[in-house]
Amino acid sequence: MKFSVMVNEGPYTHQASDSAYNFTRAALAAGHEIFRVFFYHDGVNNGTRMTTPPQDDRHIVNRWSELAEEHDLDLVVCVAAAQRRGIVDADEAKRHNKDGDNIASGFRISGLGQLIEAGIEADRLLVFGD
Amino acid sequence: MATTKKFMYVNRHPPYGTVYALEGLEVVLVGAAFEQDVSMAFIGDGVFQLKKGQDTSDSDMKNFSPAYKALGDYEVNKLYVERESLNERGLGDDDLMELTWEDEDDDWSEKPSIHIISRVQLADLLEEQDVILHF
Repeated sequence: MKFSVMVNEGPYTHQASDSAYNFTRAALAAGHEIFRVFFYHDGVNNGTRMTTPPQDDRHIVNRWSELAEEHDLDLVVCVAAAQRRGIVDADEAKRHNKDGDNIASGFRISGLGQLIEAGIEADRLLVFGD
Repeated sequence: MATTKKFMYVNRHPPYGTVYALEGLEVVLVGAAFEQDVSMAFIGDGVFQLKKGQDTSDSDMKNFSPAYKALGDYEVNKLYVERESLNERGLGDDDLMELTWEDEDDDWSEKPSIHIISRVQLADLLEEQDVILHF
């Protein structure tokens, strides 16, 4: 089956990102396809490489990056939600005159149309959040 | 994109206090360009999103309620409000904004977008959907 996944809450505060990650990993292991993972609301905070959790805890951001690398996953951070919360890639940093970017490896910033497309293209869209 | 799916946006949060309502509405407005079969549902405190006379001047929050009036122009014209949620909050039909759309198949006559339905009817509508996004 072809799945799309939506993550609506930030890392550590809420289990949404953990559950979405576990689902995505399990679905891939079972031979399913993940069309896209879309990060919205505070979920965009899963895409900053500045995240530095204590060493004895899971690294939620790196886990996504590694899974993306391993399975060529499409991790998309909503641009409008990202701008509000200070998540920027090199292009966004330049456009808004910021002194640096913070997007994590394997993530890309794009528009809400990518979420609608994910709903249209997948057999099921799973939403993780409150 | 030839596929047409039934999308329902389920709104459960009040308009202010959290960002879910505002960012949910942004999804609906962008999604309208994709020519899908779109409807919105308002349940729980989500019914407050449609309350008329919203005034945020004392809270410094952006009053985005006028944006709901644009939904009809985007052909988002099926807004289902759960009657039980309204009544549980002491609200009635007259407390909601008047939202309309123009039906091009009926000489552009203006029709109401808001439909107040029962919890049971809403459950049936949810059953019919292909994609449900809840905010």
